[in-house]
Amino acid sequence: MFSRAFWRDVRFLQWLAQIFFLLALAVAAGFLYANVSANLARQGLTVGYGFLKNPASFDIGEASIPYQPSNSYGRAILVGFTNTLVVSFWGILLTTIVGVLAGVARLSPNWMIRQLAAAYVGVIRNTPLILQLMFWYFGIILQLPNVREAIALPGPVYLSQRGLYLPRPQATEAFQAWVPFLWIALFSIPMLWLVFKALARRLGSPMASGWNLAYLIVPAIILWAGAVLQPEPPLTVSVPQLSGLNFRGGMTLTPEFAALLFGLVVYTGAFIAEVVRAGIQSVSKGQVEASRSLGLSPGKTMRLVIFPQALRLIIPPTTSQYLNLAKNSSLAIAIGYPDLFSVAGTVFNQTGAAVEIILIMMVSYLSMSLFTSLLMNIYNSRIRLVER
Amino acid sequence: MTTLEVAPPHVKVGPLGWLRKNLFSTWYNVLLTLLAAWALVALLRPGINWAFQEARWGAIRANLTLFMVGQYPRDQLWRIWLSIYLLMGLIGISWAIWKKAVRDFGIIILVLSAAFSTITLLMSSNTGMKWILATVILLASYFTGGILRGRPRIAWVAWVLYFPIVLLLIAGSRLIPFLPTVDMGLWGGLLLTLVLTVVGNLGALPLGILLALGRRSNLPAIRLFCIGYIELVRGVPLITILYMAAILLQIFLPPGLRLNLVIRAMVGFILFEAAYQAENVRGGLQSIPRGQFEAAQAVGLNGTLTMILVILPQALRAVIPALLNSFISLFKDTSLVSIIGLFDLLRVGRSVLAQSEWLGTHREVFLFAFIVYWGFNLVFSLGSHRIEEALGVGKR
Repeated sequence: MFSRAFWRDVRFLQWLAQIFFLLALAVAAGFLYANVSANLARQGLTVGYGFLKNPASFDIGEASIPYQPSNSYGRAILVGFTNTLVVSFWGILLTTIVGVLAGVARLSPNWMIRQLAAAYVGVIRNTPLILQLMFWYFGIILQLPNVREAIALPGPVYLSQRGLYLPRPQATEAFQAWVPFLWIALFSIPMLWLVFKALARRLGSPMASGWNLAYLIVPAIILWAGAVLQPEPPLTVSVPQLSGLNFRGGMTLTPEFAALLFGLVVYTGAFIAEVVRAGIQSVSKGQVEASRSLGLSPGKTMRLVIFPQALRLIIPPTTSQYLNLAKNSSLAIAIGYPDLFSVAGTVFNQTGAAVEIILIMMVSYLSMSLFTSLLMNIYNSRIRLVER
Repeated sequence: MTTLEVAPPHVKVGPLGWLRKNLFSTWYNVLLTLLAAWALVALLRPGINWAFQEARWGAIRANLTLFMVGQYPRDQLWRIWLSIYLLMGLIGISWAIWKKAVRDFGIIILVLSAAFSTITLLMSSNTGMKWILATVILLASYFTGGILRGRPRIAWVAWVLYFPIVLLLIAGSRLIPFLPTVDMGLWGGLLLTLVLTVVGNLGALPLGILLALGRRSNLPAIRLFCIGYIELVRGVPLITILYMAAILLQIFLPPGLRLNLVIRAMVGFILFEAAYQAENVRGGLQSIPRGQFEAAQAVGLNGTLTMILVILPQALRAVIPALLNSFISLFKDTSLVSIIGLFDLLRVGRSVLAQSEWLGTHREVFLFAFIVYWGFNLVFSLGSHRIEEALGVGKR
């Protein structure tokens, strides 16, 4: 098997090295396990997930799913997880808009817009997120006037120190009968796409781009027709109205949620702005010159030539920024928003089950990260440069 | 022959031309400029008004020592000042040796030091003389550092020795009679932030290099372990790692061994940052062309020697920008230790806010913290740019 002495053969040495490494790992793991058992035995705690069924008996400030203090610890942690998901979802959406706008503004021919965007990026990127969150919460939102004198914006949107109040669509009794029309409208979009593809093949050339409006108009007609056939409109707008000491109706964003959302969006937006700027600048100037010489306006150049090519460079770092946003939402503990980390911390304070709680937290964050990575990698592989 | 009536051309040069081109070129640019100008004035005027008239900066002034060094015993502060003087001396000597590379950085430090001197003298604080001494030391070491011009190695050694010496100075030791130990729990404020940043980065770099090399290893056991560690640590927030370090580390250690919370936070930062440094170093390793490996093999170097003598020097040179970025972001991330109970700059700010005398001074305290973090990061960024330029990263 070995052509010479076995202790000089690379393959043997490699196996030996791996066995030593695994042995060292096993010894370390055993040492840690022994310490953990000794320490837990000294404190009289046991390892196990049974505590998750016990009643939580603490209240959670805001919950995306129904929750009572009599629910179990497991339910409380689930509430925290959904809160994190809600903040991450809206955060990712808004920060993309803010980041792309700021990134494009950094390259604007207008000097003032350019300097403002540079100042925004320079200040936000160089200060810690937790400081910005505290500034948003203590320095801005809690300094808003109280409910009676809330700032009113067109909408109507009311800003006060008890929260932000926005109008909200509300389902009426006719909503149930209207839902089939919603499904038909949704279904019509891919049907339209197939129809246009078949027509294009029949005609031998692609359809004019004006036909793309049909994707908006046809579902809108279906929805409107369905709404007209109902006895009453299926959706009304619930408007916040001051009654007594508080606002009724509409959608309420608590100060904690608002501060966390704005802080995360502004912070991550600055990083995404830099990524977008680098991506746009990476497209060679020859592309711009060629498209202008073909007669495309600056707007069309940006939309049809530069941005699709820049997108290839922008997607991977933007993915990691989205992941950073989801992970940074754990800083909600500093301003009192009950996200996963905050609720799990409370559960730990009450039960003392350190190892289990930390495992739950890490598994949750890991699964969020892996899921977001997966989605963005699928999108990335579809727009990636295909090399021969 | 008729002459065409041509309107005089628009002004293209001078300030008017600049205005026309950059601010008012098209109709929507005119609109944007006016909107932005209006927004700026609307936001800045009350802001500046507030800063100079209504703000109670006394909250900062009264607690400045607290902000800077936390609860460090006030009679041992001379050790902190000694560290600052040593730093000034080092910067001056580096400026004298590597003139152009360090010039901008040196000028900024000089200006800052002079500014602090004047401000503290004007406020008739007793640190005025100390800042003047710092400025003098900077200038003196710059002018006398010329004797070392031909021997940069001495400066390198001095820089490398600086951090352990300063740590020893600040922490003290039972073995040295004139440096009594200062309990780490008393460290706080900017001092704690800087110590955590430096220790976190310096400790994470070797571990990160090992992880990066392990990730490229041919041995599946080592490779899987390194990949698993890196992806696990990169997938969770820093605050969970710190929480783990603060709480779980106590359980993982033998009963009876108690580590100070500051050391536990340092371990947390090192473990967290090592995963990110590993990815940076991996990028650098991937950029080395195969020819280098083959040439080293042809010369007769085995794997380990190839790594140490040929590959790592080139790879580390290529990742210096990323490493300096990690340094800057770790400096910001140290603010998270306020959540696990350490008194860094932010936590000191919150405790100042809780003092009955300074209730409601949120904006002043947070603005101060903003300025400190932003200023330090600006100086660090400039330093890193200069280091990159001096090393010729990306050019050779």
